[in-house]
Amino acid sequence: MSAQLFLDGVHRSFDGFKAINNLTLSVDKGDLRAVIGPNGAGKTTMMDIITGKTRPDGGEVLWNMSTDLTRLDEAAVANLGIGRKFQKPTVFETHSVEDNIRLALKAPRGVFATLFHRSDKAEEARVTALLDQIRLTHLRTEDAANLSHGQKQWLEIGMLLAQEPDLLLVDEPAAGMTDAETMETAELLKSIAGQRTVIVVEHDMDFVRALDCRVTVLHQGSVLAEGSLDHVSARDDVIEVYLGR
Amino acid sequence: MSKLIDLRMGLFLAALFIVTVLVPIASTLDEGSAVAIPSYLIPLMGKYLCYAILAVALDLCWGYAGILSLGHGAFFALGGYAIGMHLMREIGARGVYANPDLPDFMVFLGWDELPWFWYGFDWFPFAAVMALLVPGALAFVFGWFAFRSRVSGVYLSIITQALTFALLLAFFRNEMGFGGNNGLTDFRDVLGFSLSAPSTRIALFVLTALALAACLVIAKAITVSKAGKVLVAVRDAESRTRFMGYRVENYSVFVFTVSAMMAGLAGALYVPQVGIINPGEFAPANSIEIVVWVALGGRGTLVGAAIGALVVVAVESWLTANFPDLWLFALGALFIVVVLWMPNGILGLVEKLRFRRAKAPAKTEAPA
Repeated sequence: MSAQLFLDGVHRSFDGFKAINNLTLSVDKGDLRAVIGPNGAGKTTMMDIITGKTRPDGGEVLWNMSTDLTRLDEAAVANLGIGRKFQKPTVFETHSVEDNIRLALKAPRGVFATLFHRSDKAEEARVTALLDQIRLTHLRTEDAANLSHGQKQWLEIGMLLAQEPDLLLVDEPAAGMTDAETMETAELLKSIAGQRTVIVVEHDMDFVRALDCRVTVLHQGSVLAEGSLDHVSARDDVIEVYLGR
Repeated sequence: MSKLIDLRMGLFLAALFIVTVLVPIASTLDEGSAVAIPSYLIPLMGKYLCYAILAVALDLCWGYAGILSLGHGAFFALGGYAIGMHLMREIGARGVYANPDLPDFMVFLGWDELPWFWYGFDWFPFAAVMALLVPGALAFVFGWFAFRSRVSGVYLSIITQALTFALLLAFFRNEMGFGGNNGLTDFRDVLGFSLSAPSTRIALFVLTALALAACLVIAKAITVSKAGKVLVAVRDAESRTRFMGYRVENYSVFVFTVSAMMAGLAGALYVPQVGIINPGEFAPANSIEIVVWVALGGRGTLVGAAIGALVVVAVESWLTANFPDLWLFALGALFIVVVLWMPNGILGLVEKLRFRRAKAPAKTEAPA
């Protein structure tokens, strides 16, 4: 089986600090994968490299074993079908909730395509369905700035879904959510996996447990352990660098 | 989706329409009549409307896309120079030196033939197209390099300021072939109509009013389109927009270019009405003043920008006529007042008051 996303010997250092050090990671299509690790393990830098924000010093990031993502910029990576949710929820605050979703919907991204864009019934139905899924229908015309932290997280997840990406990179989705919301988010991500590939970076162990998926432990920019949560959390080295602290 | 013409836009366009109809009528009245408008005032009002167009142009890129250009005066001046060049050619042999082939300043400099970049400006449509194309092309090339290199914020503002300053210095040089220090002036007529004739003045005024209305509608159409929403998205969360697959630099270049062309149009209408274009129009302070108009009127409202420009230049005219030393202090004070107490400008203040008044009765009823 060939990997959908394959990081091969990726390096990146910032002022001598090796944020990513010979990182090799492979994720198959339809997988749900949790990436955990202590602060500074390189989780966010890894996301930055995959999404074209940061160029690695060396190594390759292969998409479907053919395209090298390290040569592309953010927009090009996004248009290949890779969506990203930030750690801090980032929505367009002065736009209404529905406009946030509309902007994210999979559609031509060119200036003139959007300038002469007319929304149709299919698009409205799609917006309605997504709002339903993220439970923000009642806030449809509200400015995104007025949402609570948790609602913004959900809106951003909705925006991610609207893009219909093949791969979702989700950075700490449960931050700032109540326990109930956290569990709902885990269920949502589990339901998405299968049709789409999902990589979740997370600190919250209850959340990772709820995801019930393969876990990759990063430490000092490379993979320390991989396997089920029970398997990795039983390893002494993992306990030492992460869980023990 | 929002409508193209909302309440504030409708009110402004209606007011503009009434003024555009009444001013020509009032100008034909007897001079003794109380509401008569003397002919010399018409170009002055036309000039104000040109500034309003310029403010709308800046609001489109600053208010909506967050591109704070401190060099929009340059695009305005370039549009003005393009039309000015045509007007120079239309003088023909009626200049001081009565040279049918060369403008006076070239004869004065001892040049014996027309520089190549003056070719074509004899023909009005060419000059009219150039008035839009030259500012547009400059903005496109400048924007292409700046936005692709992800120059934004303060750095972008500073280099746009440097751009207009560089052009100021360049146009001051006689060797540039644009009349140097004196610029282009002594215009006689446009398309065969005398520029000093009241009817020409009225026609130019009406044309400027129409151009302002057209720019407002075009700018509004852009901002309510999905592209306009992307622009606001770029302004508020640029990287989010990139990770969604939008090429932010293309959107920025687009809006910057459209805005520069509008500024060029404003300049092109300005020059025949004031009768002169010189390098002073490139002065950095001019570009900064445009920002003050937009901030005062209400950033990101289009109509507010136009109102801001009209209010500031009207106050400026009155103050410089009556208390010439006070103007710069007044401008500074105005800016401070806006920044401290009117973050959304005049329009924001008006709407806030209206909103409060509409809400007040409901509040008093609530306890009962």
